[in-house]
Amino acid sequence: MQLFTVSGSPHVHNNQSVQKIMWGVVIALVPALLVSLWYFGLGALVTTAIAVLTCVIVEFAITRYMLKEPLSIRDGSAVVTGILLAFNVPSSVPWWQLVIGSIVAIGVAKMSFGGLGRNPFNPALVGRVFMLISFPVDMTSWPLPIQNRFALADAVTGPTSLGIVKEGVKNGESIAKITSEIPDYANMLLGNMGGSLGEVSAAAIILGGLYMIFRKIITWHIPLSYLFTVFAFTGILWLINPEIYIDPVFHLIAGGLMLGAIFMATDMATSPMTWKGMLVYGFGCGVLTVLIRVWGAYPEGVSFAILIMNAATPLINKGFKPSRFGEVAKA
Amino acid sequence: MMLKTFIKGGVHPEENKLSSGAAIQSMPIPAEVQISLGQSLGAPAKAIVAKGDSVKTGQLIARGEAFISANVHASVSGKVVKIDDFDDQSGYRRQAVIIATEGDEWIPSIDRSADLKRECHLPAAEIVEKIHEMGIVGLGGATFPTKVKMMVPQGKKAEILILNGVECEPYLTSDHRLMLEKGEEMLVGATILMKALGVKRAAIGIENNKPDAIAHLTELVKNFPGIEIIPLKVKYPQGAEKQLIKSVTGREVPSMKLPIEVGCVVNNVGTAFAVYEAVQKNKPLIERVVTVTGKNFAKPANFMVRIGTPVNELIERAGGLPDATGKVVSGGPMMGKALNSLKVPVLKGTSGILIFDDAESKRLPVHNCIRCARCVTACPMGLEPYLLEKQVNNQVWDDAEANRIMDCMECGSCHFICPSSRPLLDYLRLGKNKVGQIIRTRVNN
Repeated sequence: MQLFTVSGSPHVHNNQSVQKIMWGVVIALVPALLVSLWYFGLGALVTTAIAVLTCVIVEFAITRYMLKEPLSIRDGSAVVTGILLAFNVPSSVPWWQLVIGSIVAIGVAKMSFGGLGRNPFNPALVGRVFMLISFPVDMTSWPLPIQNRFALADAVTGPTSLGIVKEGVKNGESIAKITSEIPDYANMLLGNMGGSLGEVSAAAIILGGLYMIFRKIITWHIPLSYLFTVFAFTGILWLINPEIYIDPVFHLIAGGLMLGAIFMATDMATSPMTWKGMLVYGFGCGVLTVLIRVWGAYPEGVSFAILIMNAATPLINKGFKPSRFGEVAKA
Repeated sequence: MMLKTFIKGGVHPEENKLSSGAAIQSMPIPAEVQISLGQSLGAPAKAIVAKGDSVKTGQLIARGEAFISANVHASVSGKVVKIDDFDDQSGYRRQAVIIATEGDEWIPSIDRSADLKRECHLPAAEIVEKIHEMGIVGLGGATFPTKVKMMVPQGKKAEILILNGVECEPYLTSDHRLMLEKGEEMLVGATILMKALGVKRAAIGIENNKPDAIAHLTELVKNFPGIEIIPLKVKYPQGAEKQLIKSVTGREVPSMKLPIEVGCVVNNVGTAFAVYEAVQKNKPLIERVVTVTGKNFAKPANFMVRIGTPVNELIERAGGLPDATGKVVSGGPMMGKALNSLKVPVLKGTSGILIFDDAESKRLPVHNCIRCARCVTACPMGLEPYLLEKQVNNQVWDDAEANRIMDCMECGSCHFICPSSRPLLDYLRLGKNKVGQIIRTRVNN
């Protein structure tokens, strides 16, 4: 007698998989990576390779030798974490610091919570913030673009645009003077400025974001709500006093905002599950980013803002349920 | 023009309507039929024939006595050889009557002519009685006794009859073919249902992947005042009652309530055709259209089949079981049941037989939930399948109930779309079962 497979419905699947999603994210990261190679050259390549390799090896070692579970590295999520971590550090960062950051990202922030999908905080950001606090000097020495293409160590460094603004405002300089010291917006959009390896080109990151939205890997809710909040908040400040607050367009294309809004805040495991929740989450990220950038001790606040909102995500999921079909209106 | 559809959730599986061009063929009468007495939702019918009795085609053999129950008739003429319990399509034991076929002698009251009989002079109550007598049940798959739907509860008023010609399940084409080939009879059936309900309006929802059916019926309804054809954008699960009402009228049936709450009564187009035959021709529900299809079939087909015909005879007729068959599904790929044996008979609710090869039969490997929120976005009822899965797994039934697990209609969109291919619907079914028990106990106390 012939035997048939018996299982519950549905009997078909849309053939999407975690693997396809993760490699889709990797593809979306390629434009930003190419821009980084153009501006930071060898350093960018080596840094990215070290982060990816370490992340993959750490995940392999933990699943194989500690957890003794089936290997999960082929799902591509460790590769994504590795690239994102590399994108969030200066291309000149010493290799051993990056290795430690990668071990923290995968080992502490991801695998210790049970691996893929179970981490409450974005692993790459945990790794990055760990490095920022542990190695503050190396993590805030930004190689200047183009002239450091073939430099691995001892790169010529300079401040980021956000750093220039922060320092200038602190010293009571006028915005007009500060603006003359930062690159013009066209160069900033393309990525011709000092900064973390993968964050510099807003244009390349937006391209990757559009690809992910087109492929339905992410939805528009978090990025747009995040960016709009930053734009609106800094816009209001600028309208109140353009003498001491820089314009909102600068805030959109400077620092790690684009990378954060499109690639970091949209991390599925650590962001809310409903559209309403996503909008609230993006709003929170935006407000916190501006608070830190304008009034905080650090020039940049994207990483902290996202990590804090990661912590708020379970609460947001509780508070913002999807609208149910046939919800009885409360009289 | 923007096509109408429902707003919340939904997915778009590959349509694979392989048999949409295959005209309905009459399936030869089998040598033996196995007629299950549990052919509808609700209580099984009680047999009124005994072993050794001779029966004629169309003769009543079991009576649906409970309120939610339906009569069962002989689909062939011959001798009752056995009344016993058999495995049904789900693997449960159910009583069935086995009839060995002898010729094809119909009871004389049935009008077997092909003439279209348009006028119906019966009053509403007698129409409902006729529908009950002829054992009509919902042919979309849920097999809810049609009589019960026609009895509008006190204090409620039906305003519009909606006919379901959506056929949103991939592969299935039985309703599509019926609309094309028996459109006029179906529309007469609609007018009869309208009369029984006392409504002046009817709308037939059809997805626009069936443009020929839409065109054909739009032409025909010119002679049927009050009936409107509504083309709908293709989206699964549009054929679900509440989603269809939303698509067609914009009204939203409240949670845990029936369509009549918003003045709607929904019937399948196949049911409307069966009502026509029952009321105008005195013909009980003894045959239906079944799609037999699969990617490995040379000739996917639509058959007019006597109820009780074994599934394997349908497959033989359509060219035989392909070599690498791994799974046979009764119904559509999204909500159908996988069969463990091909000896089971066609029921009133069997809309299709689907053959999957080995590769298509297996579920994909399960991974961790990555909290991508696709299940939340896809759920047409606005539930959170990922959360319900966790609550069922942790057996926190109160939380599952508070998160509206009973609203789940088991459409399978969550499992279909899950990139980790988690068996979300398995968990939800289990949870619904348990929470349903708890609610019933609470009500009874």
